[in-house]
Amino acid sequence: MSLSVRLNHKLPDIELDIRFEAPAGVTVLFGRSGSGKTTIVNAVAGLVRPRAGRVALDDWVLFDTEAGLWVPPHRRRLGYVFQEGRLFPHLTVRQNLYFGRWFAPRNAPREDPDRVIDILGIGHLLDRRPARLSGGEKQRVAIGRALLASPRMILADEPLAALDEARKAEILPYFERLRDEVSVPILYVTHSAAEVARLATSVVVLQDGKVQRQGPASEVLADPSVAPAGVREVGAVLQVRVAAHHDDGLTELEAGGARLFLPRIRHAVGDPLRVRIPAQEVILSNRPPEGLSALNVLEGTVLSIRAGEGPGAIVSVRTRAGTVLARVTRRSVAALGLQPGSTCHAIVKTVAIAPQDVGGRMAARQARCSPRA
Amino acid sequence: MGWLGPAEIEALKLSLRVSVWATVVSLPLGVFVAYALARWRFPGRQLLNALVHLPLILPPVVTGYLLLLAFGLQAPVGRFLAELGIVFAFRWTGAALAAGIMAFPLMVRAIRLSIEAVDPRLEQAGATLGAARPLVFATVTLPMILPGIIAGAILAFAKAMGEFGATITFVSNIPGQTQTLPSAVYAFLQVPGGEAAAMRLVIVSIVLAMGALMLSEYVGRRAAARVAGT
Repeated sequence: MSLSVRLNHKLPDIELDIRFEAPAGVTVLFGRSGSGKTTIVNAVAGLVRPRAGRVALDDWVLFDTEAGLWVPPHRRRLGYVFQEGRLFPHLTVRQNLYFGRWFAPRNAPREDPDRVIDILGIGHLLDRRPARLSGGEKQRVAIGRALLASPRMILADEPLAALDEARKAEILPYFERLRDEVSVPILYVTHSAAEVARLATSVVVLQDGKVQRQGPASEVLADPSVAPAGVREVGAVLQVRVAAHHDDGLTELEAGGARLFLPRIRHAVGDPLRVRIPAQEVILSNRPPEGLSALNVLEGTVLSIRAGEGPGAIVSVRTRAGTVLARVTRRSVAALGLQPGSTCHAIVKTVAIAPQDVGGRMAARQARCSPRA
Repeated sequence: MGWLGPAEIEALKLSLRVSVWATVVSLPLGVFVAYALARWRFPGRQLLNALVHLPLILPPVVTGYLLLLAFGLQAPVGRFLAELGIVFAFRWTGAALAAGIMAFPLMVRAIRLSIEAVDPRLEQAGATLGAARPLVFATVTLPMILPGIIAGAILAFAKAMGEFGATITFVSNIPGQTQTLPSAVYAFLQVPGGEAAAMRLVIVSIVLAMGALMLSEYVGRRAAARVAGT
C-alpha cells in the first residue's frame, strides 16, 4: 500500500507546493514548525480542502481537484493520531477505543482489540475517563482508537510534541511496535531528528512549503545537506546488532564488522537496532588516534564536506558501519587536509549515543529499504 | 393541596400543561437553531439571530398582539390552520405557543453557549474515525452539550410558567382554557377578597421557580461532571 500526494495550497506565510510518495512502513514528514506539515496531513485526512492537488491511496483517489473528486473525511478510513490526543471526554477509554469500530464497514479488516490494548499497555485504563489519564496514557489511547477504526493508513501529527522527555520515551516504543507488528502504513509528522532516526522507513524533508528531499531514512539522514531542524540536529543513523553485554556495564554493538560501545541497554544479544550519532558528538582525526579515552573509533573515507555559513562544516565519512556525519570547524578541515576520498578516523564518545537515540528493532522490510544498513 | 381552591388548582394544572408543551415542542427546534447560529455561516444568520431574540426585547404585549394578528381566527394563517383543525386563538394551545415563543430566546442562548464550548476539533476527530456529520452530532456533540440543553429547557420551562403579557393579549384570560397561573393571580387581584387566593398562587409560583432553578443547577452540575470525565 502506498500513498501518493500532490498538493498546492496557500497558507498565511508560505505557499505549499509538494509532491511525494509514502511507501509501506513509516514515512516521516520532517521539517521545522511552520513548514506546512500539519496542513499536508489535514489535507490527506480531508480536514483541509486544498486549492489544488490529488491524494490517492494505491488506486483509491481520496481527492482530485482536476477530476472534481472529494471523499469526505469520514469515508477515508485514515486513523488520525492528533498532537493533543483529542479523546472524547464524555466517553470512557473503552468507549473511545471502540468509537471508530461502530462506524467502520463490516467487511473491513479488523485489528484484534485485545492485541492492540496489549501492545499499547492500556488494559488497566479501560474504565477510566480521559480526564483521569496522564499525557502519555492519553496518547496511547489515541493511538489505539485510531488503529481500531480499521484504518487503511495511520496519520500521526507530532503525537509526542505535547509530551515531556520521559513521556516521549514512553510512547516511542509503541510506534516502533506498530511499525514492526501492525501492517498499516504510517504517515508521521515531526520536527525531531531523534524521532525520525528511530521510526522512519522513508523520510520526506520539507522546507518552506516545498519537498527538499525524500528517500529511504538511512540515505536521507546521512546526507549532510539535510538539516531542516538546524545544524545541531544533524546526525547519521547506523544499523547495528547487539554483539555482547560486558561486565563493566557496557554493551557492544556490531555494524559491518565495526564495533561500538555504549552504556548497557536492555536489548538482547543478537537484536538488530538503529543508533543515531549526532554530528556534533563526532571528532575527526587523520591518523589512528592513540592515548584517547574514547572507545568508539571508526575508520573510513571522506565522502563529502559541506561548509556552512559560519565557521563549521559537516563532513560525511563512509565507514564499515555506515555513513557517519561529523560537525567540525572549517579550520580543522584545512588543518587535517581533509578532502573527498581522504582516509580519516571518526571518534565517537561513548556517551554520545544517548539512550533516547537508541532505537528499537527494525523489521526486515525496513532493512531492505536501507541500502547502507 | 387542600389549601388551594378548585380555580387555583385549575390554573396551576393549566400552567404546567402549557409550559411542558411549550418546552418539549420547542426544544428540538431550539437545539437546531442554536447549532446553526453557533456553527454555520450562512446569509441571513444575523437576521435569524435577531428574530430569535426579538421576543426578549419587545414588550410582551406587542408579541401577543403580533401573534393575534398572525394566528387569530380572522388572520390568514389562523384560518388556514383552523381548516387543518389546529386552533390557537383563545385556547390553551395558543397559551403554549405564546409561552414557547417568549421562552425561545432563553433556551437558544443557553444551548448555543454550550455548543460554542465544544471544541470543533473533537468533532473533526469523530469524522476521521468514520462518523458522518449527523452521527458525530449524536455521539460527540449532543452528549457534550447535554448540560446546556437541560439548563436551556428548565430555563424555558420557568419562563413559560411565568409568561403573562403575550399570553393574555393573544388568548385572553379564560378560566379553565387560557387562565394560566400569572393570569389567575392577576384576575384574583381584580376582584374584592381575592388577595388570599392570589397570595396562595404567588407562593406556588415561588416554590416552582426555586425548584426549577435548583433542579437545573443540580442536573447541570451532574451532567457537566460527566462530560468533564471526572
